[in-house]
Parts: sequence; C-alpha cells; structure tokens
Amino acid sequence: MRRRPFPWHVVVFLAPAVVIYTLFMIYPLLDSLALSLQNKPANGPQTFVGLQNYHALFTTEQWSKPFWNAFWNNVKFFLIHMLVQNPVGLLLAALLVTRIRGAWIYRTIIFTPTILSVVIIGFAWKLILNPAWGISQGILDAVGLGNLNQPWLGLESTALPTLSLISVWQNIGIPMMLFLAALIRIPDELMEAARVDGAGAWTVFWRIQFPLVLPTVGIVAVLTFVGNFNAFDLIYATQGALAGPNFASDILGTFFFRTFFGYQLQPGDPYMGATVAGVMLLIILSGVLVYLFAWQRRLQNIQF
Amino acid sequence: MKKHLGIWLLGLVALSPVLAQNKVKLTIESWRNDDLKIWQETILPAFMKKYPNIEVVFAPSAPTEYNAVLDTKLKAGTAGDLITCRPFDKSLELFNAKHLESLNNLPGMNNFSEVAKAAWSTDDGKTTFCVPMASVIHGFLYNKAIFRELGLTEPKTEAEFLATLQKVQASGKYSPLVMGTKDQWEAATMGYQNIGPTLWKGETGRKGLINGTQQYNKGGFLQAFEALAKWRPYLPRGYQALAYPDSQNLFAQGRGAIYPAGSWDIGTFRQMNPKLELGAFKPYTFPNLGASQCVINDHPDIAIGLNAASKNKDAARTFLSWVASDEFAQLYANALPGFFPLANVSYTVSDPVAQTFLNWRKECQASFRTAYQILSRNANPNNENDLWNASAQVLNGTMTPKQAADMVQKNLASWYGPQKGK
Repeated sequence: MRRRPFPWHVVVFLAPAVVIYTLFMIYPLLDSLALSLQNKPANGPQTFVGLQNYHALFTTEQWSKPFWNAFWNNVKFFLIHMLVQNPVGLLLAALLVTRIRGAWIYRTIIFTPTILSVVIIGFAWKLILNPAWGISQGILDAVGLGNLNQPWLGLESTALPTLSLISVWQNIGIPMMLFLAALIRIPDELMEAARVDGAGAWTVFWRIQFPLVLPTVGIVAVLTFVGNFNAFDLIYATQGALAGPNFASDILGTFFFRTFFGYQLQPGDPYMGATVAGVMLLIILSGVLVYLFAWQRRLQNIQF
Repeated sequence: MKKHLGIWLLGLVALSPVLAQNKVKLTIESWRNDDLKIWQETILPAFMKKYPNIEVVFAPSAPTEYNAVLDTKLKAGTAGDLITCRPFDKSLELFNAKHLESLNNLPGMNNFSEVAKAAWSTDDGKTTFCVPMASVIHGFLYNKAIFRELGLTEPKTEAEFLATLQKVQASGKYSPLVMGTKDQWEAATMGYQNIGPTLWKGETGRKGLINGTQQYNKGGFLQAFEALAKWRPYLPRGYQALAYPDSQNLFAQGRGAIYPAGSWDIGTFRQMNPKLELGAFKPYTFPNLGASQCVINDHPDIAIGLNAASKNKDAARTFLSWVASDEFAQLYANALPGFFPLANVSYTVSDPVAQTFLNWRKECQASFRTAYQILSRNANPNNENDLWNASAQVLNGTMTPKQAADMVQKNLASWYGPQKGK
C-alpha cells in the first residue's frame, strides 16, 4: 500500500494564522495568567504565590467590594443590551426587510454610529446631555417636560442606565445587520404559503421568521455578552477611569484598568490587575461555553 | 545682503565647534514641552549671558511619556545632566535608585522653606534632592463685573462667603459658585483641599495625619467636609454632571460669580476670555470655629535635580544655584503666570491676579494637599482617590460629611501603620 505523503500544504496554510494567533493572543493570555499567580512584596523579588491573589480578590473587603460592584454593574450593562439592543435590532430588521421606501437610507443612518470612534460618541453624548448647554434641555422644554431633565451622567441612579443606552444606540447596527441578513435568507415561498393560509404579519413573524432567525439570536447574544464584559472605552471616555459617581458606572473593564495601570496617585498593581483579567477571562469563557454547549448543540439537533 | 548671508552662516557653522570646545554643555530633561519657547527664549539666554562658559539645552518629552522615557534614559546612562522632578514619590524613587544626587549643600538651598522642600525630600526630611521650582496656589477667582453689579465685596470669613453666595442666588441671574462634581477631583482639590488647610491648621494637621495623631474623621478634617457641604445649594444646575471644562466655560462666559480655583486657571481664563474681569480672594477663615489664621494650599508642582551620572556636575550645580536665585524666580513667574517660584526671594508678577495669589504667601501660612506625601502609597484603597470620591459625594448629597470622613479614615487606617485602629 502506498503511504500518502505528509500533507505539508495544510501546515503551510495554517502556519500564518497559528503563528500570529499564538504570538499575539495565546502567549500574552498565558503570560497574563502566569502573572496573576505571582506577587512582589515592597522590598523583594517577584515570587510565585499560587492562587493567593484570587483569594485576596474574593475575600478581602477592599478588593471584593469594588469587584462585585463592577461585576453587578456589568451584569446590568449586559441585561440592558439584551433587553433593548437586540429586540429593537430585530424589530428594525423586520421593518427593513419589508422593503419599505428608502430602506437603504434608514439602514445607513442606523448603522453609522457603529463605525464612529467611541471617543466621538462619548464626547457627543456628553455635550447632548450637558446640563449647562446640552440640547436635551431644549428638547424637553419644547414638549413642556423641561423639569424632567436630570444630570443623567452625574447621578448614581441614572449614570449606568444612561451609558448602557448610549452604548445600545451606538451598537444597534450590528444586531440589525445580522438579523437582516438572516431574514433575507428566508425563502419567499414559505412566507407566501403562510399568507395563502391566512396568516397575518404578526403570525408570519412569530411562526416563520422568528424561529428561522433563532440561530442568529444566539450569535448576537454571545457577541453582546463578550462585547459587554470586555467593555471599557465608552465608560472611560465619558466618565473617566474612576467611573463615577461613587463607582456607579464602574464595570470590570474600568476596574481592571485602574487596578493594573493605577490612576493619579494610585500606583498600578500588575499582579492584582492580571488577577482581575483572569477572572474576566473566566466569566467570558463560561458564557461562551454555555452558548456552545447549550444553545448551539440544541439548534443542531433541531436542524439535522 | 542676501548673498552674504550664506557666507556668514557658513562661517558660523565652521566656527561653532571651536567655540563649543571651551563650553560645558548641559541638557535638561523635562515634561514641560509646552514651555519650550519660554525656556529657549527667556530663561536660558538669561543664564547663559551670566555664565558664558555654560551652554544649556532644554530637551522636553511629552508629559504622559516623561516618566517612562526618563527611566529608560537613566538606566541606559543617556539622560541629561539636569532632571526635572515630579513631586513626591516619583522623584523619591529616582533618588532611592541613586539616579539623583543629594543637594543639601547646594548654595541657595536655604532660600526654601521646609514646606517647599517637602515634596523633594526623603520621608525623614533630612535629604533634599531637587531644587523646588514652582508651586500652584489655591483660592477663589471671581467675576468683578458681577460683584460690582450686585454690590458685593470680597468675603473674608465663612459667614461672609455664604452671605455673598446667597445674594448672588437671590439675584437669580448668575450661578453663585461655579464647580461641577463629575470629574470628582475639583471637589477634592478646589473644594476640600482649598478651604481645609485653614481648619486643620495647615502643616500641623497634615503632619498629624502622617504620624497618626490626627484623623480624617475628627477635628479640622471633619469640619472641612462640613464646610464643603454648605456649598451644595449654590452650585450650578445639574452640577453632578458638569465636568471641569464645563465649569471653566461657564465662568469664562460670565455666567457665574465665584470659581474655586487653582492658580493655573488664571492663564486659562486670560486665554478663553481676555475681557473677563478677574478678581481673586483667598480661602476664607472660620472665626466661629477658632480658625482665624488663614492657611493656603501652596502645592509644590515642579523642581529640578542633578543626574548622579552627569559628567558636568560643577556646571550643573552652578545652574541649580541660579534656579534658587531671585533672577530665575522673576523670569519664571512672569513667563508662566499661575506657577509660582518657591524660593523665599522677592519677585513680582505683572499679572495682577497672579500677584494677588502670590501676596497670600506673606499673609497666610502654607501647606499642601494632604494625600500627596506618603498617604497615597497604597494602591487599594488609595487615599487620594477616596478623597475625590468622598468630596464629590458630600457635594452630591449622597453622603453626609461624617459618613464621608469616616469612609476616608477607615480606608486609610486599613493599611497605614500609624493610623491603625484609629
């Protein structure tokens, strides 16, 4: 029997991706995890301390309190995205797929914020909501609700929801586009058949379109999850690294930034910073695993 | 004429190595790239005129990169002879790593007070390693036109201050006190640390925190939070979401009467609105609380030291002594109004408002921000960050002064030895 030659072409084709990914993703990731297992006393060399940093993060009050605060804020940030961004994104996609006049204009306008820099988004919204000269006051005055205006970004109760909605406004184009792509793929015959059977728009949506875009719902959910638990830039651009007021808008990304790099007089602590990053990795990883094993597998069972 | 210019230049280029041979060349490392022109055109020519054998070059890097660039250069042995010193721990690290030389016996060093030297001295205060160059002073700026219109005078005590704010409030036309709490640091720096030193008796209180005899939740430190809370009704609408540039704009546009300030703001306002009639009054006193002696927050900001690896130490010391002189003070203060040379020598500033700030040094005692020396060395909880948060919350009304003071004290006592259990 002739032995098949070693498939060198596979190695050659994989090599660039494997090398670059290993060098710039896997190695730093492992290095950061290794760093989280080290510590350095004030006057001494760096030593291996095992899981001591993780223990400190969860058990000492000065670490666990800000950590859980950032974690729960992050959960709220994620929930607002799931409850507003994705349903509204789906709704917009369902409206756009009906071929209303000028659909491409709406599509472009709605997608535009997504391609803008977060710094610009943060700056623009800070101006819009500014209590001294923001247009939010004028708009509310015009409809006679002027005294409802609040310093939205400055109150503990409103800062995080406001920032979440700004982020939703910015990113809604992505789920919209994904849903739109999925809806366009649905064969017209299915819809026509349903309409012949007497189904209204509402029934068509729930019975035909929605089940067929379910796989996309999963993708969008997991993208939102990863994006939200990695979020940092919008909060930093709008509220600064202290994520005020009183850490009401502090999420894991800003908490990590302060811990690792320090802030003003606060010295940076690379070991605890790497520990926070390690926990963030764990959170994101478990979310993605839930998606892969629970959601995607079930979908495959249905499809095949 | 133009034809000859080339020949002239050629001659200069040919001659310059000959000239340079007799000269010692000093290089200054700095983060003040904004001041490049001032150093090249005003300060250094004055020095080189007096000492023709020394040539000094000002070589700044970007402020955000300075610390890293300097560290690298010092390790590689390529750093300049003179090092611009950041205040407190950053420079202390350099001294402990033997990159900076002790300047205790430098002629001119006795021109500086203990407070001025504290930012560039070892914790025990025995060794100083940088010549203090300048500080920023806190106080209040006010709009003279508004004061004239409403018939107000500069307040001297807390009662007068609050009455003034009340009158502006009653007029309904202007914001009495222009400050926001969104960026948090103004609440601490221009609020708490501005009016506080008078209450905690300046250096007595600040040093008391360091050696553990005074606490943030007792005496003057608690009273300062209580005094800060009284500002709350007079802040602009929506102040919780106003950032530092917002309050600067509000005041520059003449929409507010009083602005809690750092002296660097003088230059900003001169630029933003040259027509604004600026006045200044010093942090008010509290005669009812027994605090009638004013203490200003005269915060050390910039100094200059000697690279221990320099090959031209004699020339560098000559330059450093000159930095401690009245000639340097006069030049620097006028080139950069709002940054005040720290030497106890007489100099005058042409900007009248900056001169007003400077005069307070004669009338008042001086201290600086409490969290800057030693107390902010811990990453978490960090004393300076806590003060920002606590002061902002006191003004936002989400914490009482007592709660704020207790939080700051509890966090400090959680790691700082002398405060343990207090």
